[in-house]
Amino acid sequence: MATHKFIISGFGGQGVMSMGMMLAYAGMIEGKEVTWLPSYGPEMRGGTANCNVVISDKPISSPVITKATSVVAMNLPSLKKFEDNVLKNGNIFVNSSLVNKKISRKDIKDYYISANDIALELGNDKAANMIMLGAIIDKTNVVNLDSVKQVLEKLFKNKKAVIPTNIKALNKGTMI
Amino acid sequence: MAKTLMKGNEAFAAAAIKGGCRYFFGYPITPQNELPEYMSRELPKAGGCFLQAESEIAAINMVYGAACAGARVMTSSSSPGIALKQEGISFLASAELPCVIINVSRAGPGIGGIQPGQADYYQSTRGGGNGDYQVIVYAPASIQEAVELTANAFETADYYRNPVMILGDGMIGQMMEPVELRAPKKRELPPKIWALTGTRGQRSHNTIKSLALEPDDLEEVNLKLKAKYDVIRKNEVQYEAFHLEDAEIVFVAYGTVSRIVKAVIEELSSLNIKAGLIRPITLWPFPFEVFDTLSSKTKCVMSIEMSLGQMVDDVKIAVKGRVPVEFYGRSGGNIPSPEAIVEKTKEILGGAE
Repeated sequence: MATHKFIISGFGGQGVMSMGMMLAYAGMIEGKEVTWLPSYGPEMRGGTANCNVVISDKPISSPVITKATSVVAMNLPSLKKFEDNVLKNGNIFVNSSLVNKKISRKDIKDYYISANDIALELGNDKAANMIMLGAIIDKTNVVNLDSVKQVLEKLFKNKKAVIPTNIKALNKGTMI
Repeated sequence: MAKTLMKGNEAFAAAAIKGGCRYFFGYPITPQNELPEYMSRELPKAGGCFLQAESEIAAINMVYGAACAGARVMTSSSSPGIALKQEGISFLASAELPCVIINVSRAGPGIGGIQPGQADYYQSTRGGGNGDYQVIVYAPASIQEAVELTANAFETADYYRNPVMILGDGMIGQMMEPVELRAPKKRELPPKIWALTGTRGQRSHNTIKSLALEPDDLEEVNLKLKAKYDVIRKNEVQYEAFHLEDAEIVFVAYGTVSRIVKAVIEELSSLNIKAGLIRPITLWPFPFEVFDTLSSKTKCVMSIEMSLGQMVDDVKIAVKGRVPVEFYGRSGGNIPSPEAIVEKTKEILGGAE
């Protein structure tokens, strides 16, 4: 495995931080080197938020990502801000439920995931980040899906009722 | 013990408890708030006391009190909050009181911003308070290193009866990495017979003070401190030397910036430019001696900082004019990008030919 560098971005409240954290956590369970670096600031629900996640077999030099192997844009401002940060032949994941714009670059792979619509169909709009996470894992193979399921078991060990919904969304995301 | 994924600020706190810290006094400030938050939750469980003071000045003086009583005590803050604590830090150093101070630094000057910065290098290493004194300053580059330095800091502080500072920045405070918490490396520590623990009528009373009105008496205090600092300079220097052999250019960077520089070194190697890194782990005492081992192939030394040039002063002292010393930095909460450092390097090496 090479080094995966993800910039995951969206509105505060869309679960972009937890999406990144779950990826990092899953990488750690698999014995990989991981870093998770959030943007932080006077931010609130509805403001923009992003995190940088690096997952690698080698010790990670910089936790700061300027050139990403994958960018995840959960909203339009994120797409505008980070489209240029994708490495050539890298991936961009666009939440097409909220972004009705195609990317302008031709040298990267683009995936349009209607994360909110699919989550709504499953009965929980809040699970849009898990739909996206499933899609990311399916397309990049950065970690195994089972590792993320283990992460969910750990994170929600005192709130087990929410685990099935999240796993359902995660599985759905891998089938797009 | 298995690794856990921890945020830097929480890891600092967990490591402090592991290192024997039982008293914490602090006042909130971004970007270090998860540290006192963790302490408020976890320190009482370890039999300790967390107290949110009414101000930074109160907090550092509570540290003074607890240290006088022989307790393992810590405070944390961020740049302008650490500035407020300087009077207390000078008093602690003068009275030879052990304690640990964590600075999760942000951009300044003044109230500045809340994004990461390294512009507290002078404040930390030159004595932010008054008088001839030093605090031992550690600069971790990863969260694993942060927990080790923090846990060991209490032993070091007790051993030298001196304040120890951990200088991180907002980035290391906010990021998450896998960590393994380990017990500190024990030092041979004498009992704290100087502490104010009550005489119980069994001994004469101890006095701890920083006031000495007679010049000769005060000079004696200063010389005693100086002798201690010389021992620290001799025994406590820590640094990482990375790819120094054959390096055309040697970078100097500490903390999170050193990691960006390691990415730069990889990138430069793909361009056939040999680069190395000296990463001070102790900012005071600074690792001057390692600069004497630089290869004859080294044409230039460049300090990279999240400031407009502070550590570069120590780098110049260390290089002793043997090769040019260059500088690249960003400020205001901006992080130097690998691309910009690569460009600057190409410009310098190109110009030297």
